Amino acid sequence: MDALALSRLQFAVTAMFHFIFVPLTLGLSLMVAYMETRYVRTGDELYLKMTKFWGKLFLINFALGVVTGITLEFQFGMNWAEYSKYVGDIFGAPLAIEATVAFFLESTFIGLWIFGWNKVSKRVHALSIWIVGVATNLSALWILLANGWMQHPVGYVLRNNRAEMVDFTAMLTNPYGLLKFFHTIFSGYVVAAFFVMGIAAYHLLKKQNTEFFKKSFRMAATFGLVSSLLLFVVGDFHAAEVAKTQPAKFAAMESVWDTQKAAPYNFIVVPDVANERNTVEAIGVPKLLSLMAFHDGNAEVKGLKEFKKEERPPVLPTHLSFRAMAGLGMLFMLLTLIAFVLSRGNRLELSPMFLRIMLYALPLPYIAAQLGWIVAEVGRQPWIVYGVLKTSDAVSKAITPGQVWASLFGFTLVYGLLAVVDIYLLTKFAKKGPDENVEVLIETPVRATQAQEV
Amino acid sequence: MEFQIIWFILWGTLWAVFFMLEGFDFGAGMLLPFLGKNNPEKRAIINTLGPVWSGNEVWLITAGGATFAAFPTTYALMFSYLYSALLLILFALIFRGVALEFRGKGGSPAWEKGWDIAAFLGSLLPALLFGVAFGNIFRGLPIDAGGYHGSFFTLLNPYGLLTGILFVLLFIVHGALWLSVKTTGDLSVRAGRLANKVWFILLGVAAVFLVATYFATDLYANYFGNPVWFIVPAAAVAALLGTKLFAAAGAYLKAFYASMVTILTVVFTGVIGLFPNLIPSNIDPAYSLTIFNSSSSIYTLKIMTVVALLFVPVVIAYQIWIYRIFRHRVNADEIMADKEAY
Repeated sequence: MDALALSRLQFAVTAMFHFIFVPLTLGLSLMVAYMETRYVRTGDELYLKMTKFWGKLFLINFALGVVTGITLEFQFGMNWAEYSKYVGDIFGAPLAIEATVAFFLESTFIGLWIFGWNKVSKRVHALSIWIVGVATNLSALWILLANGWMQHPVGYVLRNNRAEMVDFTAMLTNPYGLLKFFHTIFSGYVVAAFFVMGIAAYHLLKKQNTEFFKKSFRMAATFGLVSSLLLFVVGDFHAAEVAKTQPAKFAAMESVWDTQKAAPYNFIVVPDVANERNTVEAIGVPKLLSLMAFHDGNAEVKGLKEFKKEERPPVLPTHLSFRAMAGLGMLFMLLTLIAFVLSRGNRLELSPMFLRIMLYALPLPYIAAQLGWIVAEVGRQPWIVYGVLKTSDAVSKAITPGQVWASLFGFTLVYGLLAVVDIYLLTKFAKKGPDENVEVLIETPVRATQAQEV
Repeated sequence: MEFQIIWFILWGTLWAVFFMLEGFDFGAGMLLPFLGKNNPEKRAIINTLGPVWSGNEVWLITAGGATFAAFPTTYALMFSYLYSALLLILFALIFRGVALEFRGKGGSPAWEKGWDIAAFLGSLLPALLFGVAFGNIFRGLPIDAGGYHGSFFTLLNPYGLLTGILFVLLFIVHGALWLSVKTTGDLSVRAGRLANKVWFILLGVAAVFLVATYFATDLYANYFGNPVWFIVPAAAVAALLGTKLFAAAGAYLKAFYASMVTILTVVFTGVIGLFPNLIPSNIDPAYSLTIFNSSSSIYTLKIMTVVALLFVPVVIAYQIWIYRIFRHRVNADEIMADKEAY
């Protein structure tokens, strides 16, 4: 492989690994902040225990999100120097602003939250986790405005052999970036809701700390239901924005080869890329695709054949990832709806089957989020900046394949190790349950003794 | 003033503040195996950093981001030219951050020992390699029409390594002073003593560095051109001497402040000497990357100036506030009893 292919692989590995931690941070920070606020408002110790238990899991995850994020900022320069030179005038700004207005906030106030329990008032302490939560979401805004610009470049002119910013406001209000922001944060909230419900389900199945985990489950179910509904609505608008601004990506997402008016939506599609057609198109609903793409049943949907072969994204990964992601999104609405009804009706323990489903559903929103990024990034190919710069023209000239092999090997090794440590710590603390609980001591003496030795 | 010059000053300031703050993090990390005689002491050392290290590290992210936004060509070429060195720094920083966060969460001595090594190497390597990188930037990189003619090993020239050692020693003294004012009892006493001792080595290396800089770089050209600027290196020397005077008298907090000034002025000494270059070419000056030929458009620089002037003071204000909240010394016994501590 050449430096280009290796750099692409490395960026995919490091970005996807980083994005294992980001979504949980986005959602769980706000949930923990809400728990602590309830504690400050009511004085109920159960909320304090919730804050500390979920807060600990939040912190383990947060640390890895932070350290793996630095890699990405550096990589633009290290591996994508031609890209950085060409678009730095406009793309560098949101990254620098993110560090200045958001990353500083979260990294500084997380210290206050961890170590400040006895140093500041309860209110200020709760405020510090709110600042962390809001700042992580604000971070996401700037990063996604930057990514939104790569997807749908606005507010620039090509001058002096590069893209120069001429309209900062256009970048800030880029509909693509804003939709991507909301789509991403809501997906993060769904990840967090399923994370909390999954772990709560585990304990409820074991009948330990029932009150604690029922309350956590209920909170997460509400949060998850609202978020997955919003995620769906924003997702719909986001897809329409893609159809408008990136027709080639949209055609690949739906595997549409021929341009057609009043396009039907086929629930079953088997693409045949070599022959530029679909071998199977079944269970079609007339006009539905046009309706989804342009909110108009008679609108024209562009097919892949409209684009030169070398300017089409890889159809299979884009199409399959999109379908799987959208399907999972539907499933999340269904599961959170059931979770909401059962937990509101206090009937959770009566449905061990559902609890088991929720335990095993924990990784699904993570998978959906990764699939979403595959659609976004693979679907944009061969462009790194849509219609402006090709990925193949963006790679650094000064790096050799050997260097990138070495760094890719290093990242794989280091990140593999971090993944093991992360899963070990999360499992350990998730299974251990909340601190200072008599119930744990009585019901699982073995685990409790281990915990004491710790 | 031209916007490029404003951003050059800001660029230098971000790096200087980063080294001034993260310097004691690196120093304390390097001293962890030597000053921490037992687990309570090691935990005390780590807990002096706990509330502040991540906020300190963002100065690096911001310095990187500011380079990208204000001088994209320099960002692109510097980061790709220094690929392997930056990669090592990245891995080191990753391990160091994770070590600080996770060391106290595992529960076995082997787990703690593993993360101690990670924290030590994760502090030593970036300290050394940032020094090597800056030494090479001061010296200039072999750049011409054909691009960069060097490798990771070209960076390990005597002057680059000397700068690396200078950084390591500056940070060890800085970290030792930090620990002497942030810990209690015997640990604090030993940290102060160590700062006093290592200072002599630092002084020797600093003297060699100042002389070697004359022969290995063109940094002094700006100073001879306008001798007023000599006030900055003079302040660095004065602050370095002040560090020792205060430390010898047992006034460790003042010594720590003097050490902060030393690091700031050392970085500015280099930055002033570089002007207007960001990366000089040492084979063909026509290919030097300057703040003028590698900057963003004036429009972008204006927007970034507004952002920086609005938000950087706010950042400084709340970081000072956080430092004040955690101004107390960290006691090893209290840490062992504290569930939230690292």
